[in-house]
Amino acid sequence: MTDSKQVLGPDDVRRAVTRMAHEIIERNHGLDRVALIGLQRGGVWLAVALAAEIARIDHDIPVGSIDASLYRDDIGLRPVSPGSVSDVSFEIDGAIVVLVDDVLYTGRTVKAALDAITDYGRPSAVQLAVLVDRGHRELPIRPDYVGKNLPTSTAEQVVATVEGVTIS
Amino acid sequence: MSGMLITGGTVLDQSGERRADVRVADGTIVEVGNGLEASAGEQTLDATGRVVSPGFVDLHTHLREPGREESETIETGSRAAAKGGYTCVVAMPNTDPTQDSVSVVEFVRAQGEAAGLCDVRPSGSITIGRLGQQLSPLAELADAGVHLFTDDGDGVQDPLLMRRALEYAADLGIVLAQHCEVKRLTEGAVMHEGHCCSRLGLPGWPSVAEELMVFRDIELVRLTGAPVHILHLSTARSVDLVRAAKADGLPVTAEATPHHISLTDERLEGYSSLYKVNPPLRTMADVESVRAGLADGTIDAIATDHAPHAPETKERPLDQAPPGMLGLETALGVSLASLDMPLVDVIAAMSWKPAAIAGVADQHGRPVLPGEPANLTVFDPGAEWQVVPAQLASKSRNTPFGGMALRGKVWHTVLRGTATVVDGQPSR
Amino acid sequence: MKHFRSVDEAGPDAIRRLLDLADHMAEVNRRPNPKVPALRGKTVCNVFFEDSTRTRLSFETAAKRLSADIMNFAVSSSSVNKGESLRDTIETIAAMGVDAFVIRHKSSGVPWQVSDWTRASVINAGDGWHAHPTQALLDCYTIRTALNRTNSFDGLKIAIVGDIKHSRVARSDISAFTMLGADVTLVAPRTLLPPETTVPVETNLDDIIEDLDVIYLLRMQQERMTESLVPSLREYTTRFGLTPERARRLPEHALIMHPGPMNRGVEMAVDPSELPGSVITQQVTNGIAVRMAVLFDLLGSGSNLEENE
Repeated sequence: MTDSKQVLGPDDVRRAVTRMAHEIIERNHGLDRVALIGLQRGGVWLAVALAAEIARIDHDIPVGSIDASLYRDDIGLRPVSPGSVSDVSFEIDGAIVVLVDDVLYTGRTVKAALDAITDYGRPSAVQLAVLVDRGHRELPIRPDYVGKNLPTSTAEQVVATVEGVTIS
Repeated sequence: MSGMLITGGTVLDQSGERRADVRVADGTIVEVGNGLEASAGEQTLDATGRVVSPGFVDLHTHLREPGREESETIETGSRAAAKGGYTCVVAMPNTDPTQDSVSVVEFVRAQGEAAGLCDVRPSGSITIGRLGQQLSPLAELADAGVHLFTDDGDGVQDPLLMRRALEYAADLGIVLAQHCEVKRLTEGAVMHEGHCCSRLGLPGWPSVAEELMVFRDIELVRLTGAPVHILHLSTARSVDLVRAAKADGLPVTAEATPHHISLTDERLEGYSSLYKVNPPLRTMADVESVRAGLADGTIDAIATDHAPHAPETKERPLDQAPPGMLGLETALGVSLASLDMPLVDVIAAMSWKPAAIAGVADQHGRPVLPGEPANLTVFDPGAEWQVVPAQLASKSRNTPFGGMALRGKVWHTVLRGTATVVDGQPSR
Repeated sequence: MKHFRSVDEAGPDAIRRLLDLADHMAEVNRRPNPKVPALRGKTVCNVFFEDSTRTRLSFETAAKRLSADIMNFAVSSSSVNKGESLRDTIETIAAMGVDAFVIRHKSSGVPWQVSDWTRASVINAGDGWHAHPTQALLDCYTIRTALNRTNSFDGLKIAIVGDIKHSRVARSDISAFTMLGADVTLVAPRTLLPPETTVPVETNLDDIIEDLDVIYLLRMQQERMTESLVPSLREYTTRFGLTPERARRLPEHALIMHPGPMNRGVEMAVDPSELPGSVITQQVTNGIAVRMAVLFDLLGSGSNLEENE
């Protein structure tokens, strides 16, 4: 049993979501053609939370989810079990897609998700929102909206839920 | 020919068991008794802790020569027989050409003599080419020394032809042996018809296809008075039919194979053609009935149905692969591991009882007594071992017994005073 | 999972996993560009010793939608006709670097023999009378989506009607349907049943038709008549065919299924396109998704990693 340490509490998560929602609206000068896509599995709850916050501040925007397991570059190298079925029920062509994930680490999942989104259409822009950026990128990918930057070692596990963020 | 002394063993024959050494000279047993001393120049075979019995006799061996020498030759098959403790085998007639003429039969006998590892007694086919249409020259073949006649591989389908064959054979002192299978009921069949074949999606070989012919031939024996030997009996009902026939005093004999007293149709589960055999492996209930038939003497003999097949033919899809398994080198080990009956009864079923059916009882399966021909087997009835297919003397490798715990191993085999197998290894 | 050779061998967990995975694949198939890079660099070889254009095309499409390379080994124009053995054929193709074989053969058990001769995965695309597990998967997937039965088939009444004895589809469907909880009944004369069955048999279709959730009709082949298994196709249709009268007696929600190709006027004595419950074209469509699921599970999911180690 390793020690686990809570680095953000539920209130911290709530405040981070509120701030990120404001940043998304501000950065895009409103919400015209903005849509959120949560990454299966960890990013879906955050996309839903961000959408709810954005709706509270301004108005409803489309939310979808995407499962990038069929696009990963490590297929066959490690066990993969896809999450729920991808759900992109709005027009991707010309949309500003904000990809949402819980933890940004190597960047490989985001890369797979970018490939997946391209198969649904041609967005006018793709942005990236994450609750935690824990570093150790292996690809040239950076987030546009970050809940918290969290320096970690590769040996550590980071879990981010609505209940908070723990490191172990 | 120099002599031989078999020391330290327990002699087991028709008259039971006793501790005794056995001295052999000029192909004949000359002395049986305790504390015999080896004289100069005499070969000594150690039988300490082992059993010395009359040599085994197989009623049912496919040697494949002439015609299918890629699977087995008379020499390799004889070597396999010797390793299995056999001093005499009856060569089945389904060669190419068929053993339906004196010249083919003489060829087989001569090849057996040339190999010199085992007495090879050719059988003859009942019908020309085993085609079930025209009788083979039964009397000519009988004059040439053929005693057992069969169309094995197929049964004689035509009841009229079988009746005529029995009537004609009645005066010749020969035995007709039947492969009991009504072909119309087994077309395309791959395995026993039952729950396994239903699940595996393989065409079934119903028990009734065997039993109908067993019943028919018993009734023809009743009608004609000529003897019939029933080959590789495999179903519970067949055992009952033979038991009833014997109770009626009919001249009916029967054999069962080592695989039909040890393996069931569930072996086909992994679709290995090693377990495809004709008649097919049956259910556990059948296996138990066949064992009981051996135990109560309904079934006279254990016969191998040694059927070598080259690997490339056994690698065909199951429905196209030929049926058959090797048996000579594993028969004792499988029989002792599978049967719960007195050792002397098992050896009776492997030696003197088949010798009588094969018509070789003047040479083989004789009591171990001075003056008798020295055709002997020395085996360890308790030895546990596993067969290694690559080490078989047979030219083929299609044994279904790999990985199975066998009990009873042959150490020495003596054919007319000459050791054909010493310490489990063929002498040549 | 290393191979997909039969429903029983795969077991209920794998069947459920593959059906869940098929949902993902069906979603891919609904996209404007129905293709994902999941199996880039993997090579699949169709080896069909028995003709079946529809199954071969379905596997081919499935492999391509996952970006695998697919080779087709056409037996009719190959050295098999020159006497090359099954083993030599398989070992030769395997030597070219194949990750999965898709095998169709008229003899039961061939996929098991093939897997002794290659390290590649083996997918059974139909062996003799024995098994056709991807057909069973697509049938389950079709029922699951059409009747909205994602979690189980508990209580579902399914009748499989016709030539059960010679049908690999029936054997695989019986296993899969019962595995998921359905009550399967076989409807056939004794001549068209295997010697022993594991589920109930009903000889009178009219006695049960009003209670069915699914009626699954099997193909009735002409040659069964010459083998004295049924007196005539007309009599077969009278007793076991889906006639307009029987179709009217089916419950409104009941599904009508058939593995194809159909014998119009024999087992299907009514135009299926006029039956609202017919899901026969969905079966074909779903075939691609479930075969994608199988290919991905064997070659991409890492589900066989543990077995390899």
